Amino acid sequence: MSQIQSVATVSPSSIESVKSEVTNEFLTFRLGAEEYGVDILKVQEIRGYDAITQIANAPVFVKGVINLRGVIVPIVDMRIKFGLGEAEYDQFTVVIILNVAGRVVGIVVDAVSDVISLEQEQLRPTPGMGSIIDTEYIMGLGTLDERMLILIDIEKLMASSAMGLIESGFN
Amino acid sequence: MTKTILAVDDSASIRQMVAFTLKGAGYEVIQAVDGQDALDKANVHNVNLVLTDINMPRMDGLKLLETLRNLTHYKTIPILMLTTESDNEIKAKGRAAGATGWLVKPFDPTRLLEVIAKVIG
Amino acid sequence: MSADLEQFYEIFFEESSELLADMEACLLRLDVNSPDLEDLNAIFRAAHSIKGGAGTFGFTDMTEMTHMLETLLDKLRKGELEVRSEMIDAFLKAGDVIKDQLAGHRGEGQADPKLAEEVCEELKRLCEETQTLSSESVKSVETKSEEIPISESISSTSEIISEQLSPTDDSANETYRIEFNGSDLAESVLTHLMSNLRSLGNLDNLTSETGKGHYQLRLRTNKSEEDIWETLAFVVDPGNLKIEKESTEKKPEVKSHHVEEPKQHSSITADYGFFPGAPAAPIETPSAGQQPAENSKSDSQIASKSQTKATAAAPASETSSIRVSVEKVDQMINLVGELVITQAMLAQTASQLDPVVFEKLLSGLNQLERNTRDLQESVMSIRMMPISFVFSRYPRVVRDLAAKLNKRVELRTIGENTELDKGLIEKIADPLTHLVRNSLDHGIEVAEKRIAAGKPAQGTITLSAFHQGGSIVIEVSDDGAGLNREKILEKARERGLPVHDGMTDQEVWLLIFEAGFSTAEKITDVSGRGVGMDVVKRNIQSMGGRIDIESALGVGTRMSIRLPLTLAILDGLSVAVGDQMFIVPLNNITESLQPSAEDIKTVSGEGRLVQVRGEYLPVIALHEIFNLRPKVTDVHRGILVILEAENQKAALFVDDLIGQHQVVIKSLESNYRRVQGVSGATIMGDGKVALILDTAALVMASQQEFV
Repeated sequence: MSQIQSVATVSPSSIESVKSEVTNEFLTFRLGAEEYGVDILKVQEIRGYDAITQIANAPVFVKGVINLRGVIVPIVDMRIKFGLGEAEYDQFTVVIILNVAGRVVGIVVDAVSDVISLEQEQLRPTPGMGSIIDTEYIMGLGTLDERMLILIDIEKLMASSAMGLIESGFN
Repeated sequence: MTKTILAVDDSASIRQMVAFTLKGAGYEVIQAVDGQDALDKANVHNVNLVLTDINMPRMDGLKLLETLRNLTHYKTIPILMLTTESDNEIKAKGRAAGATGWLVKPFDPTRLLEVIAKVIG
Repeated sequence: MSADLEQFYEIFFEESSELLADMEACLLRLDVNSPDLEDLNAIFRAAHSIKGGAGTFGFTDMTEMTHMLETLLDKLRKGELEVRSEMIDAFLKAGDVIKDQLAGHRGEGQADPKLAEEVCEELKRLCEETQTLSSESVKSVETKSEEIPISESISSTSEIISEQLSPTDDSANETYRIEFNGSDLAESVLTHLMSNLRSLGNLDNLTSETGKGHYQLRLRTNKSEEDIWETLAFVVDPGNLKIEKESTEKKPEVKSHHVEEPKQHSSITADYGFFPGAPAAPIETPSAGQQPAENSKSDSQIASKSQTKATAAAPASETSSIRVSVEKVDQMINLVGELVITQAMLAQTASQLDPVVFEKLLSGLNQLERNTRDLQESVMSIRMMPISFVFSRYPRVVRDLAAKLNKRVELRTIGENTELDKGLIEKIADPLTHLVRNSLDHGIEVAEKRIAAGKPAQGTITLSAFHQGGSIVIEVSDDGAGLNREKILEKARERGLPVHDGMTDQEVWLLIFEAGFSTAEKITDVSGRGVGMDVVKRNIQSMGGRIDIESALGVGTRMSIRLPLTLAILDGLSVAVGDQMFIVPLNNITESLQPSAEDIKTVSGEGRLVQVRGEYLPVIALHEIFNLRPKVTDVHRGILVILEAENQKAALFVDDLIGQHQVVIKSLESNYRRVQGVSGATIMGDGKVALILDTAALVMASQQEFV
């Protein structure tokens, strides 16, 4: 009974909080000269770049797999994926572990900047071109002071057949 | 004081349903999978009521009833048997073996609690 | 409240499946001519338990079917009816229907209500046949009521009983006149009631035809009035019940139990009750306050009688167990896998320490290693199940199929307690069923043919299982006709398969696993149209196993399936290529060697062959397949690991051998995708991921290059 009561008292306020929350939080990272953002809710953790096991006949941007506490996780190099050239891995190179489409995937980025909140009015629709990413995978552009953020629909991107991470069913 | 009920049934689903219902109503429940198991547990726990199925492997409910009634502690405590509606013969046998009453399977949780409440309040 | 019940559905489903399986096993081993009472009791108990659960959880279709089963079984175990083989058939069918109904409630299909009805009718017919039988054999009594046929058989049977059980002390007997209204009572309830009354003494049914459910009985008994009252009070509304004592001198001394109160409807539907005078019974039932003292007296009488009966139930040995979800076990296996890795990492780090300075730490780590290994073994054993879980279904399969094909077959099983991984148990069932059916259909001959060949008319199919090394071997053998080499070759040519007369027998036998191959002279609906044997082989290979055939014409055939013991752990050899490490499953390795330069032959520039013990084997250069930069490129400077899979051999060229490990298999596909030539991954002692090679795929690919 006590359980039911507590649920009853909590739920109205939680609904309100969802309604008022028009801001979204993004984890921002750098790739070359550009700054990107991904939905913070998709991010599981951030870790350094270490021992990786190559996988045969994988797309070039799939660097291989790592052991993440017993789970085998594929690692994608976003620089290579976006055609920004082969990255030099150093102590600042970071892997963002994402939880997308029911899978765990890691992406290698140059550096992680911070977590920012964007109000609805700070979001702009995606212009027709001008980015290295297919606009299909861009949710929009965010502006923060003088900075411009490219907000990636990371779930859609990772699940796309172009990534080759998920069995497409045609193979 | 919390009353303790020994629930005996070889069917895990019914036993757990019974246990769940009784626990929900604030009773302490000890589960046993057959008569022998029940007897072993009856000897170590202070049981206020026994609820037993009749048809069980190893030791059936009737034998359990008789055996329990021969134990000092179980001479006077209520023992209810679970039967199916066609078991009038079983009811007679259960009565002879010392059952306090019967409850027909299938039963719903409300009815179970109602009957138990009548016996041990 | 009903929502609460749902959480117990899954338990009920599992429990019922097990009970059905038990029931079927009992039915199949039941000897119709001398049925074992224990088996009958067990079958009854299974039906009874399912019925109880089904009723509680509201699966009425199952309740009906199990009720019919229970009714007939009850008659059988009480000896009121003799077991006949058609009953066994009906029981088996009923079991199938209940299985379907169960699947239906699980949301895995749909039960056919028509079929259920048919089986129900069948059971009812079997149940009633004997009733008519007994009433025919006895002269019927004039007083019978037409709309309630049950009273007919009751009154007639009572005559036999009254003859058999003529009471020794006639003087003690009293005669009671019993009247009650039974119009709202079910037939089965009445039957029980009547038989209960009959057990008390001589019963005469005086019910008139126009009685409309008003029953009049006369009972001569040495039991007290209370005994009669109690017998009736379970089912008859006390407000409707009248018991009068008729003195032997016919002096009507009337004593009535008629309770003057408004008729509270039908105590038969009362779903609970308390026995008057019983220990701790609350004072509630109308009878409770009436004669407590006398009641307790009659109690002891009945008690002493039924005691002897109850003690007859023999205790059966049963292992105690708990039910745990597979997810929990798998989670535990994963955690232990982690522990093994951590332990290996510690061991590796510690190997660089000075053994003198760190003596205690190192001995502790040794202890840890032993404990970890033991723990791993015992955790893995949780997933192990005896193969009897699979074998138990074949008596039924063989029985049904033999009847259909008009063949006489005995099924023998050996090594049912051999254990293998639960995952494999689930996967092996279908292929094995196919092999058993195939043996029965194509292997075992019809009786005439067998006798003509000087064999016993009854064929034998033997299922056996045993451990061999790190594998489990499951064999299906028959003493049938054996495979016919010429016929298979002929058929293979017809199908355009590449065959030649120089093929070994083993190679010829394996042709039957080719797609679209069937050697049956006529196509039957049993083994299908050659669809299946290729699927069997594929399924077994996907489990990491292989299948072999031995056969002798006229003597029989033996198909052996060899499977790894578990899907989760693998014995492997780690090999290095460049800076990468790979695991090669040990059971695919025949040997490893360092070839001399002259054993290497280059074929048409690209491919390479190596001569090993007179055989030329294709060389698989792992670095080429996986695009790696190897330390050595000359084959004779590296190591060749000779692989054998699917009866083909190839030599895997690697830089170096590292060591043997037992590795925990992890899926690449849970977060990535399938990779050609790789069957999975594992985590090595240093925390790095190593890929496990799909040897069968590699070997097959290497063969294609040279065909």
